[in-house]
Amino acid sequence: MLKNYFKIAIAVLKRRKFFTFISLFGISFTLTILMVLTAFINKVVGDNYPDKKRDRSLYINRLQESGEENMMSSTLSYYFLSHYTGMMKTPVKVAISSMFKGTNTYVNNKKIAVNFKYTNAEYWDVLDYDFTEGKPFNKQQVTNADRVAIISEDMKRQYFGDVATVVGKYIEADNVDYRVIGVVKNVPVTNYMLYSDIYLPYTVSKEDYKSKGYLGAYMAILLGNSPGDIPKMQAEYESIIARVPVERKEFKHVYSHANTFFRSYVDTGNEKQSGVFIVVTAISIFVFIFTLLPTLNLVNINITRIMERSSEIGVRKAFGASSKTLVYQFLVENLILTILGGVIGTVLSVFALYAINNANLIDNLELSINFTVLFIGLLVCLVFGLLSGVYPAWRMSKLNVVTALKA
Amino acid sequence: MIRLQNIEKVYRTDTIETLALNSVSLDIAKGEFLSIMGPSGCGKSTLLNIMGLLDAPSKGEIRIDDQKTGGMNDKQLAQFRNKKLGFIFQSYHLINDLQVLDNVELPLLYRDTTAKQRRELAAEALAKVGLANRLKHFPTQLSGGQRQRVAIARAIVGKPEIILADEPTGNLDSAMGNEIMEILLNLNRNDGTTIVMVTHDENMAHKTHRLVRLFDGAQVQ
Repeated sequence: MLKNYFKIAIAVLKRRKFFTFISLFGISFTLTILMVLTAFINKVVGDNYPDKKRDRSLYINRLQESGEENMMSSTLSYYFLSHYTGMMKTPVKVAISSMFKGTNTYVNNKKIAVNFKYTNAEYWDVLDYDFTEGKPFNKQQVTNADRVAIISEDMKRQYFGDVATVVGKYIEADNVDYRVIGVVKNVPVTNYMLYSDIYLPYTVSKEDYKSKGYLGAYMAILLGNSPGDIPKMQAEYESIIARVPVERKEFKHVYSHANTFFRSYVDTGNEKQSGVFIVVTAISIFVFIFTLLPTLNLVNINITRIMERSSEIGVRKAFGASSKTLVYQFLVENLILTILGGVIGTVLSVFALYAINNANLIDNLELSINFTVLFIGLLVCLVFGLLSGVYPAWRMSKLNVVTALKA
Repeated sequence: MIRLQNIEKVYRTDTIETLALNSVSLDIAKGEFLSIMGPSGCGKSTLLNIMGLLDAPSKGEIRIDDQKTGGMNDKQLAQFRNKKLGFIFQSYHLINDLQVLDNVELPLLYRDTTAKQRRELAAEALAKVGLANRLKHFPTQLSGGQRQRVAIARAIVGKPEIILADEPTGNLDSAMGNEIMEILLNLNRNDGTTIVMVTHDENMAHKTHRLVRLFDGAQVQ
């Protein structure tokens, strides 16, 4: 039976080549966009380099102070983070680092844009950066405010060119020379909490890291012993924040949370707006609209296509096909079309991702097709096939045999 | 074999009601070859469609092989048609995208058969109508007479007890028409198939066992 459906599906596709082209184009183009989107999301949210211990880590990257009329929200100060997380008993280690900041440096009179970031020594224990040479700075070097730097591979290439090793050489950033002691693999800028070109001890910062204000440029990662420590650390941090006094009279509340990676990644910095909700809603609306249009288009084309075959429907019904069998037949035919579109879409996606990677639109971001993406793509195809096939198939299966034969 | 009792068919639009069949009662015996004649629009095809369970009467009862068909749902009707009835249409209604063999095996798709069985039965039916050498052709590559023979093969492939033919020779010249009629007569004679045929052709009608005439939806002979 399936073989028969397959034969007729291929014959119908060949019969109206323009319709087939429009249908296949709609499916494959939409699929390509969705594949690129999922590859992007998957890379940004799913890739756990260099925070490989994500399952037992919590991220603190916002503090909000609010009163009746005023509200301030920002990353936190080094003092606030080290002081209050220092009181916590559950975390085994706490990584504190500033958000990356840009400056310019010059090599052979050529300007290079450089991003740098300050960290404490524990940062290198909590996170698992891959060192291609050298090693991280230690507590002693941080305490001594040694002018040492860890740089990314990309920075190494840009600043020093194609050389085998750069440990011991000096790099200039923000008009200061730092001795390179390690080189790490690149982190894409989409992982904005951990990305940088140059990593420096926080003690060399020109800004006052001892200032007791709550807000500043820093964030922290709390590392637990096991994933089971997550709720404990969250509760501990919440109870500490509940006791933190407000800084100024105009404020009444201080909010800050230790969140899991995704929550903190999309944190809006506003207590009343959930970043997760906004992101999930935005993606859902985008995907819905993007799949709705080709689906409607397919429904329309399918109706026309099936209408042309009313004589066939009449004959099949006369010779024993029930409405249900016909719905099944048209669904199978439509699935063949969408799967074909899916295959084309997958090939197009490979090309699109290759082109995006080569265009170097986003620093250090390498998108790739993986099984999750492929699975999502095929699932989307399946949904497409069903959505665009069910209605026309149902409508046609209800057609009166005599009317169908006369048409 | 087929018993129609007081069949009435009314077509309704917003403003007009048309009585297509007016209290038609008919008994057709097993193995009988019956022809239905009458002017255009007299309800011949409507009657045949009702007999073939392709259309429902507005009133009246249809019994086929002593089974009441009134209360059957879509699936039961489909199965019943598949087992008991074969159809031949004036304009053949072959699926042009499928080869002759695939067209003929169509009724078997809706039965519990293997692909091999279907192939064999379809080839056998085609041999019976003299088209054993056209299995891989597409309908558009055949003449009108050959197409109608494919349609007959499709109608008989499931070995139904009843064949309903709606002007099977209507689109053919007299030589081809006679060929088709000969095949139908053989089916009736040799296999005992009950055949009901709607026709405009007096000569063809007189070759059958019985002739029923309709006029304005009523039986006049």
